[in-house]
Amino acid sequence: MELKMFLLVLGLLVGTGSPDMGSSQGKCSESLVQGPQTQENRTHTTHSKKPFPVLSFGYDYVRLPFEISLWVLLASLMKLGFHLMPRLSSIVPESCLLIVVGLLVGGLIKLVGEAPPVLESNIFFLYLLPPIILDAGYFLPIRQFTENLGTILMFAVVGTLWNAFFVGGLLYGVCQLEGHRLVTVDLLSCLLFGSIISAVDPVAVLAVFEEIHINELLHILVFGESLLNDAVTVVLYHLFEEFSSVGTITVTDVLLGIVCFLVVSLGGIVVGAIYGILAAFTSRFTSHTRVIEPLFVFLYSYMAYLSAEVFHLSGIMALIACGAVMRPYVEANISHKSHTTIKYFLKMWSSVSDTLIFIFLGVSTVAGPHEWNWIFVVATLIFCLVARVLGVVGLTFVINKFRIVKLTSKDQFIIAYGGLRGAIAFSLVYLLNTDHFPKRNMFLTAIITVIFFTVFVQGMTIRPLVDLLAVKKKQETKRSINEEIHTQFLDHLLTGIEDICGHYGHHHWKDKLNRFNKKYVKKCLIAGERSKEPQLIAFYHKMEMKQAIELVESGGGSKLPSAMPSTVSMQNIQPKKPPQDRALPQLSKAREEEIRKILRTNLQRTRQRLRSYNRHTLIADPYEDGWNEILIKRKKMKELEKKISQMNNYLTVPAPPPDSPTIARARLASDPQAWGLKSATESIPSIKVDLASPQSPESVNIVDEIGMKGSQPKVSEEGGGLTMKVPSPTKPRKDQTTDEDNDKEPQQRLMRCLSDPGPAAEEEDEDEPFLH
Amino acid sequence: MGSFQSLPDDHQYRTLSQKTGFSLEQIAILHNRFKQLSQNEETLWRDDLKTIQDLESNPIRSQIIEAFFDSRNFQKDGVGSVEEIGFEEFLTVMSYFRAPPQNITVEQREEMRRAKLRFLFNMHDTDNDGTITLEEYRHVVEELLSRSGALGRETAKGIADAAMLEVASISVGPMAPDEFYEGITFEHFLKILNGVEIEMRMHIHFLNMDATVLCK
Repeated sequence: MELKMFLLVLGLLVGTGSPDMGSSQGKCSESLVQGPQTQENRTHTTHSKKPFPVLSFGYDYVRLPFEISLWVLLASLMKLGFHLMPRLSSIVPESCLLIVVGLLVGGLIKLVGEAPPVLESNIFFLYLLPPIILDAGYFLPIRQFTENLGTILMFAVVGTLWNAFFVGGLLYGVCQLEGHRLVTVDLLSCLLFGSIISAVDPVAVLAVFEEIHINELLHILVFGESLLNDAVTVVLYHLFEEFSSVGTITVTDVLLGIVCFLVVSLGGIVVGAIYGILAAFTSRFTSHTRVIEPLFVFLYSYMAYLSAEVFHLSGIMALIACGAVMRPYVEANISHKSHTTIKYFLKMWSSVSDTLIFIFLGVSTVAGPHEWNWIFVVATLIFCLVARVLGVVGLTFVINKFRIVKLTSKDQFIIAYGGLRGAIAFSLVYLLNTDHFPKRNMFLTAIITVIFFTVFVQGMTIRPLVDLLAVKKKQETKRSINEEIHTQFLDHLLTGIEDICGHYGHHHWKDKLNRFNKKYVKKCLIAGERSKEPQLIAFYHKMEMKQAIELVESGGGSKLPSAMPSTVSMQNIQPKKPPQDRALPQLSKAREEEIRKILRTNLQRTRQRLRSYNRHTLIADPYEDGWNEILIKRKKMKELEKKISQMNNYLTVPAPPPDSPTIARARLASDPQAWGLKSATESIPSIKVDLASPQSPESVNIVDEIGMKGSQPKVSEEGGGLTMKVPSPTKPRKDQTTDEDNDKEPQQRLMRCLSDPGPAAEEEDEDEPFLH
Repeated sequence: MGSFQSLPDDHQYRTLSQKTGFSLEQIAILHNRFKQLSQNEETLWRDDLKTIQDLESNPIRSQIIEAFFDSRNFQKDGVGSVEEIGFEEFLTVMSYFRAPPQNITVEQREEMRRAKLRFLFNMHDTDNDGTITLEEYRHVVEELLSRSGALGRETAKGIADAAMLEVASISVGPMAPDEFYEGITFEHFLKILNGVEIEMRMHIHFLNMDATVLCK
């Protein structure tokens, strides 16, 4: 069975992995192999050369990358394996399974006799943590975050402080009471321990909350708290660590600590924002080198993190600020492909990091060193839980006085229960110096116990509890355009009412910030015309794009698919037009230009013309460039349907005014892409329109007449940037005028042929690209 | 339209408080603001509201001002618009933006929600016929986009059309090609805005502070 094969492969991998982990053994075997060779060399150098080594073993050369790759491969295979067992993964959260795997691997390594690798703190903080935080920060839902910012800050700052002092203080009391073994633990060490263990861990929270799909409010509260408490943790950690050697803390130290907190948090945010703006500014100029766009996003964010760490500022807050600041501007500038790349790379990296962290936690547990002390560990556990519950309840009582949407007791329970501890706490304890903290191993054991408890017990039971308490889950509904319109409308309405009241409230400042953003910032950071695009239009175009993609994927069709499942179409809502409007051509040229201009500037702007593969550019993807075409066609289709339905009432209409051939020619000339697509039917999905029109026999003539002309696609002035992979060679633009002249004649001939009804013929011209 | 004596009268404040739900302090503050806007007269005119500087940059300014003079917002069966309003009407319109109190029953919350949505509906339905037609909706979207520059009526039209299609498909379901959807009725309006928690979002913090100090 699939699973058995998988386990076999896994076993083999681990088997080959573990001896490699033990470097000494590897070296031994290598030197053994080399030994006789060198001896041979000594005896034989004077006489003859040694035989050429066909196959030799040089493990040292690749040792480090090999081991790293092996671990990452192991982690990814583990992840793969869990999802092959759906029953298991629905009961036990992934993080638990990974820790168990880590335990097993660590146990295996120990059995072999090697020292299992421990989660080195600098590897954790420099390589494993940033991808997860960047992923979280880049995709942070800004609106909910800022709406609940007060609550989140209260929980993060006041809650963490409360936890730290409560746990630390009570543990000190317990240590003093316990007597002989623990009495050496002084107050500062306990407070340090308390501050380390009180911070809610973003990695663990993400890992567990992602699987339970809880409603957005709770998710953002717990998650936001886990991100923002980093500043508090950093400050407390450094404060207590600095002074643990001295032994006492004075009032000035406390004041300096508060100042330090402000510096650390605000400094981190400022550093992140600066790098974010730099990234946004850089992305403005990347229109010619689309391939490296994602790289800028990653590099600037990582630099923000490292720069903040240089000054001992909060790296996590820097990373969050960088991602959140740069996102709206970068997304307006980069291509659709880069956006997808960024999304998937971030998800991939954070997923791998996350897996590795949990596995290493398991391995490190086996590695030790441990010092088990029942009283200390149990006391820690109990105090942590109690502190969390009391903190949440107390703070909610205060916060609810200021909130409109109050937090119910169910919410409070989930917030308290979701306060998981994780690898950050572990790494921080690991960093402690054993000289200053003789009881470090005991701290390590206690922390690991708490982490295990929260991840296993709380992680496993939170899902059934959420179901039991009927906590509101995340709503999967798509944002409808009506909701979007009314959200914007409400924003403006509330701002207006605030202005009438004379009350400078929340909406007023938000509106001011938006206007400042639009007026100055967007102009600098967003390239070209997209800086003027209002949000509603951006939303509308995104929706159109999605619908166009759906349309293409569903194989074409004249009606709009799934987004509007009923067959309500334009004609149902358009009031019946009086007949006088009919004689005009459907799409005036100006309007078409406008639509095309809007679509083109607001969709992706890939202008790749190189046909050959080149490391610096990507081949033009007909699907990507084709969206414009498809969207224009859809618009035309909608118009057509409307007109056709109205038209069916009219059988005889006076002949069209004499300038109609010009108009028809202008239409044809300005819509060459349609012709281009006609020739390249194999590569582009085409949109079929079934017209039960009585004019079809004549329309076939038109196809032949104009089809010949149109076999060489013309390039219009506006559409010059878009190239399609068409089988026939593209014509240079100069020829367009001659073609126009050539077109004029058959058009006039046609106009003469089709005397009745005139407008119908005009209809058919337009239809040709769609008929197949 | 009840006119007021210039000295704040406790008894009248109390009746207002009962009617609109504001506290006495809030009513006093809003009365000060009213007097400031109307230049100490008894009634407020449209031009008085137009003088507010901050309102200049608001794209839906004219609709907001109209809402204050729309009789439908004063009482249940009001019709048409008026030229001037007194403090009572001002306060009534403001009361639509109160936050729901904490201990509220489900029926009261639903009622509040309907009242607020009715206010929004009246803002869109400018010809008082009880439905929001396509033209009116287009006007709404155009106004929203009016400050945003150059993108023109066609896009607004497209957006409004798409929105209308959505309403029609959600409220009425599949329609035959010759059926005509006249416009969004209040019930349909309620339905499509089901996802937006209006009673939570449509509110202003009427803090107990003297607003006249800050305003321009």
